Amino acid sequence: MPLLELDAVTKTFGTLVAANGVSLRIDSGAIVAMIGPNGAGKSTIFNAITGIYAPTAGRIVFDGKRIDREPTYRIAAAGIARTFQNIRLFSFMSALDNVMVGEHARLRARLWDSLLHTPAQRAEERETRERARELLAFVGLERLSERYARNLPYGSQRHLEIARALASSPKLLLLDEPAAGMNPREKHDLVALIRAIRDRGVTVLLIEHDMGLVMELAERITVLDHGERIAEGTPAEVRRDPHVIEAYLGAPAP
Amino acid sequence: MIYIYFLAAIAVVVVAERVPSVGAKRALYAALGAALLLAPLVDRNDSDYNVLADAGVFVLLALGLNIVVGFAGLLDLGYAAFFAIGAYTYGMLASPQFGIHLPFWVLLFVAAALAALFGIILGAPTLRLHGDYLAIVTLGFGEIVPQIFQNLTAYTGGPNGISALDFPSFFGHSFGQRALPYYYVTLALIALGLALARNLRESRLGRAWMAIREDELAARHMGINTTLVKLSAFALGASFSGLGGVVFAAKLSLVSPDLFQFQVSVLIVSMLVLGGMGNIPGVVVGSLVLTLVNSVVLPQANALASAVGLHVDFSSYHFFIYGAILVGIMLFKPEGLLPSVQRREELRHATAPQDVRA
Ligand SMILES: Nc1ncnc2c1ncn2[C@@H]1O[C@H](COP(=O)(O)OP(=O)(O)O)[C@@H](O)[C@H]1O
Ligand SMILES: [Mg+2]
Repeated sequence: MPLLELDAVTKTFGTLVAANGVSLRIDSGAIVAMIGPNGAGKSTIFNAITGIYAPTAGRIVFDGKRIDREPTYRIAAAGIARTFQNIRLFSFMSALDNVMVGEHARLRARLWDSLLHTPAQRAEERETRERARELLAFVGLERLSERYARNLPYGSQRHLEIARALASSPKLLLLDEPAAGMNPREKHDLVALIRAIRDRGVTVLLIEHDMGLVMELAERITVLDHGERIAEGTPAEVRRDPHVIEAYLGAPAP
Repeated sequence: MIYIYFLAAIAVVVVAERVPSVGAKRALYAALGAALLLAPLVDRNDSDYNVLADAGVFVLLALGLNIVVGFAGLLDLGYAAFFAIGAYTYGMLASPQFGIHLPFWVLLFVAAALAALFGIILGAPTLRLHGDYLAIVTLGFGEIVPQIFQNLTAYTGGPNGISALDFPSFFGHSFGQRALPYYYVTLALIALGLALARNLRESRLGRAWMAIREDELAARHMGINTTLVKLSAFALGASFSGLGGVVFAAKLSLVSPDLFQFQVSVLIVSMLVLGGMGNIPGVVVGSLVLTLVNSVVLPQANALASAVGLHVDFSSYHFFIYGAILVGIMLFKPEGLLPSVQRREELRHATAPQDVRA
């Protein structure tokens, strides 16, 4: 059984068909990439998966349950976390608080606990803070934990978004152009980080434009163009695919 | 004499929030608390406690509204509605109106619960609204609630309201006409309100409020049920106002619709803006400054004016005076007198409107 399955997902905005019958299967433990030119519908697929857009048609099944009519917060709690193409951190909260918010879905504190700071709440808060620190260390931000998110360097903001996403202990992590704006060194670190995330047992689906990074990292690649899936396969297969060469790469692969 | 209370309290809070040592800060607050508790041993002028108890009610209201506006970022301009609901709860259930005479202490709980319930009822239709739209709708609710109390004449006494409310009593001792017992009640409620507000800020729920204030869409992706989290802000914020309403009504021994006009909501929002939205000590300072102006400075200015033969009613200019204070704050210290670090940063980098797309 795949961890995530999209079955002919279509999303239209008025007359614009942003995603047209896109199907996708992701197995547990995989690193899968989604590529395609700008406007191909990649982020739209992410938004459909996380419940921001209700698909116009089609089904999305996660971990054996249909999620395409569920609200975003339930999908998040069910185990799908994401980052955003345009970074969406909580700007005026510290890096640590950002990650602690990320833990929200895992926490058990009810209204009463929050009001009265019951012993259980205090213990949970300590543990939450501790885990947030560990995650910041995992992405290499332990020294910046008290800084406001908006005051972090760009690359660190991308890492912080990843740490925040991991905080809910997701089964599936969606990364929307995580390497955008990074220099080669940072990209190199990012590859290692994504591998380490997978080694923690998290399945990864990423959108990325950097072909080198995608070919190095992804086990399978889905190619979108004008909202349609034009190819799917291993990096080697996709590289050879004539549709992909024509529509996306523009020139034959070496 | 009355000035000493306000100025001392304001000074202690401002200094305590500036001292670097936690021990010194605690000592300052402990000293302030002790001084307020023991003041009646020295000052036996009951009219001082009358002013102070009113000020205390407003501190409580400001603490409650701060949960909604400061913590969760939901601009509520109809907060006086919950104050009215609290006051009318006491008016209807502790008076000759229906011959029901429930105890004050019980009605504190009842009013807090009822106000919270109405916080949810009035909050629910506004969940999808933001910013200006939210402000306008809540402003409407703030106008409607006193209107309803005014028109349900059979139950609420209409425009005249309900008078001769019961005097509360404490272990068989009636509060009577004195203000002093109310002073102690408001001190206790403020202590409770401060503790709860601080607990909330440092909790799962408090972080969720801050997250929706910063970026609601990202917050949903963290597993935050924004509906529930917003409604809990409306409910908890309103419950503070319900408590304040009971004390206010009991002390005045009267409720009438004109006590809860739009001005009251504006006054409380002004307290937050002046003191520093979101920051608990700032909110306390803001409410003390404005009540000082409102219930001490203006009446004294009137007295002074008439003593020199002038006939000006400074109190009737209070709106002009709040306006002037707010414009001044916006020009010179837009984050408020005692802002949170967060708020100061936010205003320093005024952000572009949020993109609704992910
Ligand atoms: N909320 C929206 N309303 C209208 N059009 C949208 C919306 N979101 C995306 N689109 C359009 O859908 C198409 C696909 O966009 P997107 O999924 O962001 O592309 P990609 O991420 O592949 O670059 C684009 O033409 C974009 O303008
Ligand atoms: Mg995109």
